[in-house]
This record gives sequence, structure tokens and C-alpha cells, in this order.
Amino acid sequence: MRSPNTAYATIDTTSMTDIFILIPGRTSKQGTTLNEGKYTEGYQTEINTLKMNPDDMERLDIAEGEEVRMWNDHGSVVVPCCTGKNELPPGLLFISYGDKSSQLMPGETHGTGMPDSKGLDVQIEKIAT
Amino acid sequence: MSIAEQPTNETDNPLKIVEDATCTFCGCVCDDINLTVEGNQITKAQNACVLGKAWFFNHHIEERPEALIDGQPATYEQAIDRAAQILLESQYAITYGLSDTTCEAQRVAVAITDWIGGCLDTTTSVCHGPSGMAFQGVGEVTCSLGEIKNRADYVIYWGGNPAESHPRHFTKYSLMPKGEFVPNGRKDRTAVLIDVRKTKTAKAVDIHLQLKPRSDFELAWALRALAKGLELDDSVEEKTGIPLEQLKEVMEGMKKAKFGAILFGMGVTMTRGKHLNSEAVLALARDMNKHTRWVAKPMRGHGNVTGADNVVSWSTGYPFGIHLGRGYPRFNPGEFTSSDVLGRGEADAALIIASDPYSNFSQPARDHLKAINTIVLDPKLSETAKIAKVAFTTSTYGINEPGTVYRMDDIPIPLRPAFDSPYRSDFDILKAIEGKIRKHQLAAVNAG
Repeated sequence: MRSPNTAYATIDTTSMTDIFILIPGRTSKQGTTLNEGKYTEGYQTEINTLKMNPDDMERLDIAEGEEVRMWNDHGSVVVPCCTGKNELPPGLLFISYGDKSSQLMPGETHGTGMPDSKGLDVQIEKIAT
Repeated sequence: MSIAEQPTNETDNPLKIVEDATCTFCGCVCDDINLTVEGNQITKAQNACVLGKAWFFNHHIEERPEALIDGQPATYEQAIDRAAQILLESQYAITYGLSDTTCEAQRVAVAITDWIGGCLDTTTSVCHGPSGMAFQGVGEVTCSLGEIKNRADYVIYWGGNPAESHPRHFTKYSLMPKGEFVPNGRKDRTAVLIDVRKTKTAKAVDIHLQLKPRSDFELAWALRALAKGLELDDSVEEKTGIPLEQLKEVMEGMKKAKFGAILFGMGVTMTRGKHLNSEAVLALARDMNKHTRWVAKPMRGHGNVTGADNVVSWSTGYPFGIHLGRGYPRFNPGEFTSSDVLGRGEADAALIIASDPYSNFSQPARDHLKAINTIVLDPKLSETAKIAKVAFTTSTYGINEPGTVYRMDDIPIPLRPAFDSPYRSDFDILKAIEGKIRKHQLAAVNAG
């Protein structure tokens, strides 16, 4: 495990892959393209692109735009990955709210009506080419 | 406000100026937009932010059938008959959405759900629903955005990114504007961001507390302890990622403020802890009033989600997650909220107004929604409309329809439409469905 102040990725000892924390959220581009239509290329690109810390991408040998598989107990999705520059500390991932993030959400709401929608534990692997 | 038509060379396409139009894209509900309308197209939206411009420029009239039944084009009358029939035959229907329509339409949706004894829920349940639960637990020290504009000299944005989600919040209310007691605007304010990401909002504030994911509750509790003058050890930093000294400095600033405001987003409510996180933030604001004036306000997303809270609350006594099947309202998040009712496979019909749960809900909830009879009202094609038994194409509130919406600080604001739509409003369609349902129910009563 890395320094607790800067890194959040831990290791799943079963599969020996990193466990990341995924934060789905809103972006300005998602908002503007949503109005243009959910079936436009701009909206689909925005909600289907994963952002990752550049050091994590280098460590996992993921090039800009390369596809990764992201999964947890609730679902599995394939998304292109791009650098989150300095926005994301190591171990943290970001994706715009949408179909892909919802597939990784649990159905359980713990008596609140709200599924865990941010801070999801996920694993990542590069799609073999 | 004024609406003036100016003749142009093309008489079929008159130029219209709508002053002080209201943008309903986000919870800021900016009502100072000056629209230039050419026929059925808004060509200028003065004062609107990037999100507002996208909202106004992309809601033109689309060539779509007025309704679909089983994916086939149908008339409004046929679709209204089928929708009423589905709801009358249901044993456990759920009404959901409502955050992107007028208060007038919301009232009719509540009435329909009451007549059929169904579940009533809004997008609040997957937004600030946990904050609604927290209000019941610890209360809300609140104010209007006007008070924040005129008084707030210390602002904390917590678990939100208003630079991208509510772009004009900074300039109209919370960060930049000059106010009565903050005459120098930004220079008179200290701004703090509490967020796990270094978002665009981080560039706009003075201090960014980049906490560890899933430690909002612990951070709020630590600040509460410091507000009470209690001593803390360094385990606070280990848990939250924020050095204790930095927290003490922030607390000193908070105590010295004349008027402080915590504006919290869904980073608080959607993360593990949920309503407990909101309770901790609200309790912190409450505690700070022993030192100086502090308030806490949720940053609301959809244009009239606050209206949905108000309408549903004044109609039933509760804001969301309500069951009306016993003839009186019962409130129980986790039992009567849409994610749960659908996820457990309980509802046998759904009335979805201006929302797209088939894109946004968990997979178990989506699977069940697809399996039951669903009625959808939406101006645009959505994944939920695609799987609906009955799908209505509607006009767009604020652009085609007048009515009332609530700003995120519970201030009601009128809508000033730009141009007419050939499609009916949510209100008209819901009113027609309600009429059919009542006619059938009264006939059954009269028949003995």
C-alpha cells in the first residue's frame, strides 16, 4: 500500500490487480452535450471515457485512449482511458455519470434510497491487443 | 420582463426578444436571461452560462411522433387511454422523476399517485435524498442565496464542483458578487473547497482540503470537535488526509467570519455514510452558530428538483420515498424509494416524468423497469422512453411552457417561454390521464 496521504489503490491478493476508487460525477462537457442529445457522439464519448492518474497509467502500461476493462461485484465495462492530469491522485479514477458508471453501482441502498454512487471499489486491467 | 416581437423581412420567421427568461438546466434557475428567438429557434441567450446556452440552443422542435405505444406511433388520445388503463390495472405503481417539469405538473402527478394508491418518488432520492433525511434528524440552518450574496465572507464548497456543475453560482451568489456587507466582492471572501479531486473549483478558491475518499463524515466530525474547543490527535490526518494544523487554521477562519456558508454537493450524499455525512455537515453549521452566523445549503442539480421537494412535501408531508396505498402517506427511504422498489422487483407499473432511470439506475432496478409496463413523458428520446409501453413526446418547460419552478434555495420563480411547441405539456398530459382515471373510478363507485 502506498503513502496514505497521496494514494488510495490497494492490492487484491486474489487476482493481484489494483483496487481503485471510482468517482462518477458531473462535468461541464457532459452537461452541454446532454442538451445536444444523449445519442450524440460528444455525449457518448464523455460518459464512456475513464480518467486516471498519469502515474497509474504509466505503471499499468496504459497509453492515452487505450481501452481497459473495469469491474467490481456489480458489473463489468470496457472504456477508453485518458489521463486525469493533476486532478486525480494515484488510486483515484473519474468517469462522467452515465450508463457505464451505473453498471458498476450496487442495487443496495442501505435504507436510504441512494445506492453507493461515488467512491466505488473497482479493478482495472488493460485490454490485451 | 417583456416579450416583444420585431418584424423582419421574413414575416414567417419573426424575431422575438424575451427578457428575463428563466434557465431551468440547473438548480441556480437564473432568471435574467435575455433570449433572441427566431421562429422555433433560440439564437442568442445573453447572460447564460455554457450549460444554459446548451440548454436554450438545443431544445428546438424535433420531428417525432406525439406518442408511441409499444414502439408504434399513436395519437395523444390513444396513449392517454392506454396510460390510464395501465395505472388503473396496477397493484403497485410507482411515480418517479419530476425534477425537470413545472410545479403545476408535479401537483397533478402527486394527485394521480394518490388516486391509484401508488408509490411517489422523485430524483431527489438519488440526489440529495440523504440530505432530506438529515434535515429531519438535525434540522437545517438555512438562508436564501441573496443572503449569501450580500453577507457571506467565508464560503466552503464541500463535495461539489460548481465551476462545472453550476457555473453562475460563483458570479451571481457565492464567490464574486459585491454585496451589502461584502462591498469588495471576491476580496472580502475566503473560499475553501473540500473535495477528493483537484477540480476546476480548486482553482477558484483560497484553500483546497483534498481529503481522502470516503472520509467526509470524519472530517466534519473533526471540525465539530474543533468548534467545541476539544483537543484532537494526529489520527485525524491519518483518517482524512488533512493535517490537523491546517484544520485548526480553517476553524479559526470559520470562527472569525461574520457570515459563513457551507454549500455541499453529492460528494457528501452519494458516498458511503450518505445521510450521516449530510447530518455531520449540517450539525457543523449548527454548532458554528455558537461563535458566529453559519448556514449550510445543498447544491441542487436539476432545474426544478427543489420544486419537486416542495410540492411533494406540501402535498404529503414528506419530500420523497412515499407510499400512498393505505389512503395516507407513509415515508420510508429504502422501502418506498424507486431504486429499492424496482431493485427488489416489486412495482408492476411505472409513471416516469422527465427522467431517464433506465440510464441511471442500478442494473437490478433497470432490469425490472424493462419488465413492467412503463409510461414515460419526455421532450427528448431517452433509453427509458425506448423501453416504455407508452411514451409521450412533450413540450419543454421554460422554453415552450410557462409555470413555476423553485430555485435551489426554495425561492419560487416564474417561467417565461420563448416559443410554442406542437407537443403538449407534462401538465396537460397528466391532467388528461388523471381525468380518465377519475372518470373510471367514479363510474365504478356509481355502479355500486
